[in-house]
Amino acid sequence: MTESHFGTRWRRKNIVTVMRFSVPKNAGPSTVDAPTVEKETRSKEDVDLPWQVVVHNDPVNLMSYVTMVFQRVFGYPREKAERHMLEVHNNGRSILWSGVRERGELYVQQLHGYLLLATLEKAG
Amino acid sequence: MEICRRNDYIEISELDPFLAELLRQIPASTDPEGVSAAEQRLFSPPAAPDEIEICAEWKLYVKPELRRLFQTATETVAADLEQLRGNEKAFANRTLRIPSKHAEAWLSALNQARLVIAAKYDFTDRELCDHYRSPIGSRRDLSLFQVNFYGFLQEFILRELDGWDKRSEG
Repeated sequence: MTESHFGTRWRRKNIVTVMRFSVPKNAGPSTVDAPTVEKETRSKEDVDLPWQVVVHNDPVNLMSYVTMVFQRVFGYPREKAERHMLEVHNNGRSILWSGVRERGELYVQQLHGYLLLATLEKAG
Repeated sequence: MEICRRNDYIEISELDPFLAELLRQIPASTDPEGVSAAEQRLFSPPAAPDEIEICAEWKLYVKPELRRLFQTATETVAADLEQLRGNEKAFANRTLRIPSKHAEAWLSALNQARLVIAAKYDFTDRELCDHYRSPIGSRRDLSLFQVNFYGFLQEFILRELDGWDKRSEG
């Protein structure tokens, strides 16, 4: 099972326009130049950071299997993967990753491919 | 039954008819058969229900892809299990060889089967940890044995995969 199984982009990238107002650096108190307006496009997920990938406890999945999945999906070393696995086991859930939404969606997709109970949640 | 790794495949030998039959039931056991709890476990939601956009797009784009992924793994396992085709007597001392390149498919199919069976019977944590329960008592006990047997196979494959990974790194 590799990432290629999950190649489908299942979410259209939302684009928002950010308008920035900037004042020239050499502007003194008595000289006011006309402000410049810069336009740039930024993906929506850059604006609404961050999201969390949460894995929930499941009494059926083997602990060794869950550890292996964490290593594969997130590239975590075994010790870190085991820590998260034990957190899931003991506390019912563990936040495996946080960041931009689109990346989080791909992680959740991969985790579901391995049949883990994973959700994407807004942080905070 | 004996299970061991030989070169680039896993060999399950000295299979008695009972365990051979349990192995043959792996592909069928992955089918939720319209039991909603089992279907929901295989295709669990990607976010809370109030994340309407995420859930809707998931259903549209990801769920069919996951279904195909699970189906492909099950088909690979079913093809390997053709080695056990035949009448019950022929199962005595039969050997099943699983190529290492099919190990991932086996892990997936075994996991699907375990999750579906556990969801259908709604096993408790306590039941799932009771590895010494007799499989003969009832259909429920037999299914619990099936879940544990498939778990044992998963554990062995995982151990071997770990070994293969380390060898390929070295």
